[in-house]
Amino acid sequence: MQNPWIYIGLFVLVGMFIPIAAIAIAAFLGPKKPNAIKQSTYECGIETVGDSWIQFKAQYYIFALVFLVFDVETVFLFPWAVALNKLPLFAVFEGIIFILILLAGLVYAWKKGMLEWA
Amino acid sequence: MEFWKDPINTIFASLLKSFTSGGMSEVLATILIWLIGILLFVTFAMVLDIFLVWIERKVVARFQDRLGPNRIGPFGIFQPFADIVKLLIKEDITPVGADVILFNLAPIFSMMSVLLLWAIMPFAPLMVGVDLNVGMLYLVAAGSIGTLSVIMAGWASNNKYATMGAFRTVAQMISYEIPMVAAILVITVLAGSMGAVGIVEAQEIPFIFYAPLTFIIFLISAIAELGRSPFDLNEAESEIVAGFHTEYTGMKFGLFYAGELLHSFTFGGFIALLFFGGHRFFGLEELGPIVGALIFIGKALFFYWVIMWVKYTVPRIRIDHMLAFNWKFLTPLAFILLMVTALVGRLFLESNWLVPALFLSNILIAWLTVEYLKSHARKEREKEEALKPSAQMTQH
Repeated sequence: MQNPWIYIGLFVLVGMFIPIAAIAIAAFLGPKKPNAIKQSTYECGIETVGDSWIQFKAQYYIFALVFLVFDVETVFLFPWAVALNKLPLFAVFEGIIFILILLAGLVYAWKKGMLEWA
Repeated sequence: MEFWKDPINTIFASLLKSFTSGGMSEVLATILIWLIGILLFVTFAMVLDIFLVWIERKVVARFQDRLGPNRIGPFGIFQPFADIVKLLIKEDITPVGADVILFNLAPIFSMMSVLLLWAIMPFAPLMVGVDLNVGMLYLVAAGSIGTLSVIMAGWASNNKYATMGAFRTVAQMISYEIPMVAAILVITVLAGSMGAVGIVEAQEIPFIFYAPLTFIIFLISAIAELGRSPFDLNEAESEIVAGFHTEYTGMKFGLFYAGELLHSFTFGGFIALLFFGGHRFFGLEELGPIVGALIFIGKALFFYWVIMWVKYTVPRIRIDHMLAFNWKFLTPLAFILLMVTALVGRLFLESNWLVPALFLSNILIAWLTVEYLKSHARKEREKEEALKPSAQMTQH
């Protein structure tokens, strides 16, 4: 048996090849008659004002930060979860304390008003 | 007889023998056979996807009291093929000012992220692409590429609606990833394994009986990850036209659409795998891996239908409600469930009371949650009524 990640790598290649092939066939078969109005940005028939790459709401950024904390912490929890049944009972409590600290962080963000969509 | 017990590996072994006898090195032969296998596998997925489009259209028609496609072929089954022909001969429009590379890469990544999940789908004990020992982590990681593709599409389109849709998606998909990962952690605790095959093997009794609440959390967050109603804010057509794929035409739009449907089917498969015993069905899977694979596909189709059922029944919710629901309700609940499952599961390990204890603890948590929500809602209502006395006056 070879390294399974080679299989995943091949899967990535094939998974990209199929949609690329579909787009290529469509590009080959479809008509090509571009004009300025057809290619203009769609905004319900009204001409675009200003740049589309606007400043976005800072609230999204806050949510992303909270997410980042949780995502990193859950990665640490995976090994704990796999080995749980082979570990002594003490390890369960250690894991629970870890999760409680994590939840304390969530409560802190909550009380600070980070989770409000203002 | 050997073939029916283990079709994939039998074909693999015989091909490997004929390849290496021609003087090819074993590594190269393996990679070549894998490549052929993956091509067939992905083609199967795409053909299935075509029929998923037909199922989706038929089912939504029934939900809305219509007939759905019924002209081309029996029951309109060849309708999706006609759709593909139409999508292929459409003109491909790239809007002015779009970032061409990202604009073209986005639909490819969208499809690829779904197809990647198929690499670990265990259709039957020996019919699985590859049984990674970090399978569940891979599931989360490959799913995140879908989020990336949506951001790429929204940002590269140079369209305000698309940009807004992409931002909403960032907030939604990353938020709902947390309860989903917590739900997967509960399953990992129960199975003692992260590999897809290991999780199926651990389910003598399906995990739905160990963790019914976790199933509900996983279903909700899976629907949110898919971006389907009631969480389809990224393409809310009454607000932002079509969200991130506003500027896409022809086959590129088709890839987003087909990718979404295949994604729901894939998540249906993962729900079957994590909570309903994968290919197991009252000992029927003993008949052979092909029967097991059919059972697995049947279960996946059922949950595909459940996701559709939710989609066409529930209206869209507001973005602040959606995020509050996730961070203030689902995430704490999922982590409480994880702690309780770890503790109860460890205490009752190797005991006959494991399943009843876990089931009862789930019921208890559900009851406490409902009671807490009731009292919280009452407090909020009283606060609101105290604020506007005039409304009370008119009532009497």
